[in-house]
Amino acid sequence: MRSFFKHKFFPILRRFAIFLLVVWTVVSLVTLLIELVPGDPAVSVLGEQATPEQFAQFRERHGLDRPPFFFSFPRDVDGERHFQWHGAENRYTEYWIALLKGDMGRSFRTDRPVIDLIRERYPATIELALAALLIAVLIAIPLGVVAGKNKGTWIDNLASVVALIGISLPGFVIGPLLVYVFAVKLDWLPPSGRFDWSYLILPAVTLGAALSAILTRMVRSSVIEELNEDYVRTARAKGLSETKVVYKHVLKNGLIPVVTILGLQLGVLLAGAIITEKIFGWPGLGLLLVEDGIGKRDYRVVQGCVLVISITYIVANMLTDMVYRWLDPRIRVS
Amino acid sequence: MNRLTTIGLVIVAILVIVAILAPWIATHDVGATNLSLRYLPPSSQYFFGTDSTGRDIFSRVVFGARISLKVGLVVVAVSAIVGTLLGALAGYYGGWIDRIISGYVFNVFLAFPGLLLAIAMVAFLGAGLNKLIFALCIIGWVGYARLIRGQVLKVREYDFVQAARALGASDARILLIHILPNAIQPLIVQASLGMAGAVLSEAALSFLGLGVPPPAPSWGVMIEEARDLSTLQAAPHALLFPGLAIALTVLAFNFIGDGLREYLDPRQRTR
Repeated sequence: MRSFFKHKFFPILRRFAIFLLVVWTVVSLVTLLIELVPGDPAVSVLGEQATPEQFAQFRERHGLDRPPFFFSFPRDVDGERHFQWHGAENRYTEYWIALLKGDMGRSFRTDRPVIDLIRERYPATIELALAALLIAVLIAIPLGVVAGKNKGTWIDNLASVVALIGISLPGFVIGPLLVYVFAVKLDWLPPSGRFDWSYLILPAVTLGAALSAILTRMVRSSVIEELNEDYVRTARAKGLSETKVVYKHVLKNGLIPVVTILGLQLGVLLAGAIITEKIFGWPGLGLLLVEDGIGKRDYRVVQGCVLVISITYIVANMLTDMVYRWLDPRIRVS
Repeated sequence: MNRLTTIGLVIVAILVIVAILAPWIATHDVGATNLSLRYLPPSSQYFFGTDSTGRDIFSRVVFGARISLKVGLVVVAVSAIVGTLLGALAGYYGGWIDRIISGYVFNVFLAFPGLLLAIAMVAFLGAGLNKLIFALCIIGWVGYARLIRGQVLKVREYDFVQAARALGASDARILLIHILPNAIQPLIVQASLGMAGAVLSEAALSFLGLGVPPPAPSWGVMIEEARDLSTLQAAPHALLFPGLAIALTVLAFNFIGDGLREYLDPRQRTR
């Protein structure tokens, strides 16, 4: 019973506490970031020409007439700052209360609920991220295994150099290059938009390229490490074919660290999706963030997108951690 | 030193020289537009051709090296110094400062994507080179702090540190003279990889329109300007050359970082 608490219950509790802490920080950051906007958000959204009534109405509608936080240090008539307490009637608590009800406020531009905008775009981003993940795995596992099995030969060196180039070529270089080759020159695939599956290929390859490079290196070093283990000698001694040794035994153990990297890279994938979506006009969260949010200074939309992307990332990390523990019981004890 | 590290060092050396001597190397004015000279292919007069407004791409790539290296150097230097300082304090003293830094900051900051935080910050602050550098530093120092904290925790227990303490050395002396020089090696690797990361982030944010504003010859801006279909059709070189510049720079710093890591960690060499 004690060991149940020590090894199972407390680690999960601890992870959940960290999860809450991270979410709290992200929400706080996102709500307080709007204070960084130089000048008045109402002016930057409505423009200088709006009437005072329009400004007042806009501020009231979006809660901008309330104080930003529990307290502030406004300047008095002499220009000196002093402490002022505002109480619970502030934007920070209001955002929290609304958020717990599933409300992220309304878009400054279109007046639509931000949560609806996000709900429309979310599936496209997840589809893109999963497709990229799949492509990365399909490239990385065979390439990494071949490189690891032939350690030190020219095949290995070639795979390593290809992987390093993949890591160094960012999506915003690969993406337009792919558009040039496959959309402009060959006219095989559409350059942008999201309609049938053919629209998914170029964005997914662009987003998955860097990840596949990282994974290839991971799989390679994993395979090299595992090939030295005793069980490999046993498997060979009992006459298993080399293919069986590698794919049935080595890969199974070698994939454990790869799974962790996969999970950790999901965040990079989500951040990379922002850029990929912009390149290919892929209507996901990233495009919503960049074009509707940042491009049109719709700060509510920016808040919502940053929040949802962060939380997706954090949850993915937690799930990875759990899968990792499940795959490798040794970690559970230590 | 392996061959790839040497290649990396050569590329970086060339890059630094190009950045310093940019006004003498550039063949044309980086801002001069001339619509009658747009979309020209590479030639002896325009080494990399011209872009959609007739600007010389070669000169712009040359001046772009300045922006990239400036961002990389400032971000890595500030992040490394702040990170080392706070990481060392946390590792050496423990207590509440360690609880805040390793308990809160590490868990929180490393729990969500740095690029997203940088995008969010610049989105609210407004675009600009200094704001971009500021945002990259805010997310950058955490990695260095974690690294140094771990190193200090390890080195702190070594005999020579105990000896220094027994001889009555002050905390500052122990930390600066005895611990840090022995803890700093992996920092060099991290800094080299950090340069690659900072150059990439600058280009990415500029590409998104959140970095250096457009007329400036940032590589990210150049790619953004070259990627619409009509420009791609007429002048793929406008995309290719800044893209190559970014890739080579990042590759070079990655080569150096990888090589140094192998060099400093002999266990990896035998693999």
